[in-house]
Parts: sequence; C-alpha cells; structure tokens
Amino acid sequence: MPTVRLYDADQPLTLASGQQLELVDVAYTTHGTLNETGDNAVFICHALTGDAQVIGPRTDGRPGWWETMVGPGKPIDTDRYFVICPNLLGGCQGTTGPSCAREDGGEIWGLDFPLLQMADFVTVHRALAAHLGVRRLHAAVGGSLGGMQVLQWALDHPQDLRHAVIIAASSRLTAQNIAFSAVAREAILRDPGFASGRYGETGSVPSTGLSIARMMAHITYLSEEAMSEKFGRRFQSPGRTGGGFGIDFAVESYLAHQATSFLNRFDALSYLYLSRVMDYFDPFATEGVAARAAEVGTDFCVISFDSDWRFDTGHSLRIVDQLLDSGASVTFREIPSPWGHDSFLLDVDRYQDTVRAFLSHHGPEEDGGGV
Amino acid sequence: MNHIGLRQDLQLLAELVPNDSRVLDLGCGPGDLLVHLRDHHGCRITGVEIDPDAVLQAIWAGVPVLERDVDDHVGHFGTDSYDVVILSKTLQVIGQPAEVLGQMSRIAPTMIVSVPNFGLWRHRLRLLRGRMPMSRELPYAWYNTPNIHHATIVDLEDFFADVGLRIKRRIILDEQGRQRDWSTKVANLRAGSAVYELTR
Repeated sequence: MPTVRLYDADQPLTLASGQQLELVDVAYTTHGTLNETGDNAVFICHALTGDAQVIGPRTDGRPGWWETMVGPGKPIDTDRYFVICPNLLGGCQGTTGPSCAREDGGEIWGLDFPLLQMADFVTVHRALAAHLGVRRLHAAVGGSLGGMQVLQWALDHPQDLRHAVIIAASSRLTAQNIAFSAVAREAILRDPGFASGRYGETGSVPSTGLSIARMMAHITYLSEEAMSEKFGRRFQSPGRTGGGFGIDFAVESYLAHQATSFLNRFDALSYLYLSRVMDYFDPFATEGVAARAAEVGTDFCVISFDSDWRFDTGHSLRIVDQLLDSGASVTFREIPSPWGHDSFLLDVDRYQDTVRAFLSHHGPEEDGGGV
Repeated sequence: MNHIGLRQDLQLLAELVPNDSRVLDLGCGPGDLLVHLRDHHGCRITGVEIDPDAVLQAIWAGVPVLERDVDDHVGHFGTDSYDVVILSKTLQVIGQPAEVLGQMSRIAPTMIVSVPNFGLWRHRLRLLRGRMPMSRELPYAWYNTPNIHHATIVDLEDFFADVGLRIKRRIILDEQGRQRDWSTKVANLRAGSAVYELTR
C-alpha cells in the first residue's frame, strides 16, 4: 500500500485546534485511472474502524470492506472513476496516529498526541487529493464517521466537490450516542494494560478494554431484528448448553470472534481519538455554514436505513433540513433494510441503485474550483 | 412554447412558474416537471416523492428529491424558503389536505395546485347507475385507488377560501386536457381537471 509523507518539519500540519504535527504520513489506495482533466476522482472516507483497503486484494488476503459499492461495474465504478481511499489521520493502518512515533525513530505519541477535529481529517484528505493531481472531485462518499467527514468537507470546501454522499451519518450525536462511546472509552482507559497510553513502550496491551469496546459497539451496529435472524437463541455447539458463564449462545460466540479479530487490526489509542472526534462534531452550530455549498452548487445525497438505531433517520433528516434551509441541493432516501447501521456496508438493492444514479450526473460545472 | 416530452398538463403548470424561481414540487413523481423547470426556466428545484421507483427515476434525471411522505415532511421546510410550491394531482392522495395547504402557504407565497374534478358528469352518471366513478382522470377502482379525498371544483374553491387562500388564477381543462373558458357551474359538470394559482 502506498504511503506518502504529506507534512514534515518544513511544512507541518496545522490542526483546527492550532496545534501542529511535524510528521504526517498517509497510507492510501487508489483504483482506476485519473482522467486528463483530473475531475473523475471519487474520494472514499472510511468509518471509525475502517481502513484504506476499500477493495481487494488486501494485504491480509481478506476482501475489501466496501466490495458491495466499489469496483468494476459497481456503483462507484473503478472503470469510470479514479477511486481514492486513505486511512484516517489518528488511525492505525499506516497513517500517522497516536501510536506512531513523534519523529522517525523517536518515542511514541501516546496521549500526548493532539486531540483531533473533523476538519483535520478534511485538511489531510485535501492534501492527498492535491498530491494525486486531482483538480476537482467528482464526489466524496462516506458512511457513518466517513459520512460526517464528507459533510464537513462539503461545508468547508464545497468548491472541491461536485457530489457529496453522506450515508448513515449524523451532524450531531445524541446523548445516547455519546454514552455508548463513553463506555467504550472507559473500558479501554480502565484496562491496566492501557498504562496511561504508554502500552507501546511497556509491551502490555489493553486487550480486555478494546475487546469490550468493540463488542458493545457491534451491538449498536446491528438491529434487534438482524441479531434475531442471525443468531436467535441458538447455542454455539449442542454440547454446551449447561449454563455457566462460557460462550454458550451463538451471539456470544459472534461477539467474541469480532473482539478477537479486532485486536489484531485496531489500536486502542486510535479508538479513543477517533471516537472522540465524533462526539464533538456539530458543524451546523455555526450559523449559515452551508451557504457556500448552496452557492457553489454541490449536490448532496443523504441516505439513511430504516432499521439503523445507532444513527437513525432523524439524524439524516436533520442534515437534510439544515442543508435545505441554506438553499443547497439535496437528495434524501430512507432505504428499507433489516440490518441496522451495518447496512451501509451491505448489498441492499435500492441503496446501490441510488448511489449509482446519483453519481451518474456531471453536476454543476464550476470554473476556478478545485482541491 | 411546447417542449417535446413534457405532458400537456405539466406544460400548463410550467407556464405559471416564473423563470429563475425556487420551486418545490410536492408529489413530484419521476420529476418531469422539475427537469423542465430547471432546464428551460432556470429554476432551482426540489421534489418530494414517496414512490420508490419514481424517486429513483428522479435521481437518474438529476432532480434533488426527498423520499418522504408529503404529509410527514411538509412541516420541515423553512418559512418562505421557496418562491413557488406545486401540488400537482396530489391533493387527493394526501392525508391532511388542509394542514398541507396551510404549510404550503408558509413555505412559498405562490402555490400551484392541480386537481381532478370529481364532479365531472361522467362520474355523476356512474354514481347514478350505482357504480363508483372511474374516468381518464380517475382511472382507479374503488378498492385500489390512492385517492382518499374526492372533491368537485365547487368543493375545492370553498375549501381554498376556508383555509384562507386566494385564487389568483384558475385554468379549467376538459377531459382531453384542453383549456376551456367555462363558468364555474359548467366547469363543475364538464371539467376533467383544474389548475389553480393560489396566494396567501
């Protein structure tokens, strides 16, 4: 996977908070070919625990996380579009984050890594797009946290984007949303293995805390209906029905499996930093923030799923209302799907059809815009 | 000016919409009228539609469309957020017509409403013969019709007055969709449909 050093001591990254990072590497993948005019790029923003490997072949041999949406002939058609997907700033899959060294060969950041804001992701993504020669993006597309970044991008730099696709996202987390994230973070912070964020040096791993965080989050990603259909009250193996506190039910086995595989690919500090960005995200708190998007003519597509209770349709409608109030161009669909929040990763007829149709348009032509 | 592809009744509505206005079409179907208004009148458009197939067609046509029930969503739009709000052959299918019309007058100073005329003589004849009305304008059987509020032209005009809306312009159409200069009484008996431009 390519990695590029976008910021260094000569050209540091200035964060929205004013703090600076003097070393930022960004890992990313691209698929398809950038056209001569540099305007057929589609930027994919991954969700909280996603990564740059949107389609295969991945380095770990598994399929990419968005094979249902991206690829040759898919709605985000790599025969047609130049697809860019980086790992997030603050992440742990090749892009600089709190478990990285402050400088080459230096000590690990840990909790000294500066707090991030949604706008910081956008700053880095814009720099990557420019590095790759993109003049103006055909679209930025993202689900969940990814959708929130797309929203921030479209509000702050609408001239960069013809289309903004915001899926299963939110413009302001509810108390319940924040509460779930708070418990996840507490599980990590209270794990003795966390060692005040210095686990990279002590050699310990906060695996209990990170496991619990992942298991609880996973419950919120599925609907009750989806869990009932997938697991019901089935026992994992017929021989283990005798009570006790082991992994007896199929759903328990599923959660345990999710936790284990998560430990192999995700970092506890990244979980803290990235989830915290979502808690504070509230772009419409600034009056008139969508005015420029309306002026430039960026086309928004906001999509929710009817069984998603992590970010239910009310979250999407709030985005729609705020954008329309500023006169922006907005398309909205609530897609019927039994799978809850995770629907955005899955094959759901109307969903893929909608993205395909929406992206097929050239959208408003704007001279002088660009990344 | 007649553009190929736009239905005659929609053409008529389009002519009522000033160029460069902000237009909201409640019950926009696949968005034909809005595409026309965008391409030929320079309008900034938004549609609302609940039928999923029509919504997808509208998206293919590049129409910004909200997949929502008009009754549920009309309260979401900002006051005076549009110049014109259109309700084309939709009044009869919505749950709360008075509430929706009230909201429309809040959203835009000009409302364009087109409605089928339930008072058409052909409908009256069907009823006299003991059958529920069916016609080109109302092609459904009683058990599968989406139309839940039936009104004649006289009923409608009373209703507009009751909810405090003024009729700025009325266009009466016969069953073939031709414009007619009929009196209210004749129109109530012979009109297939009518188009109203309403103001607050």
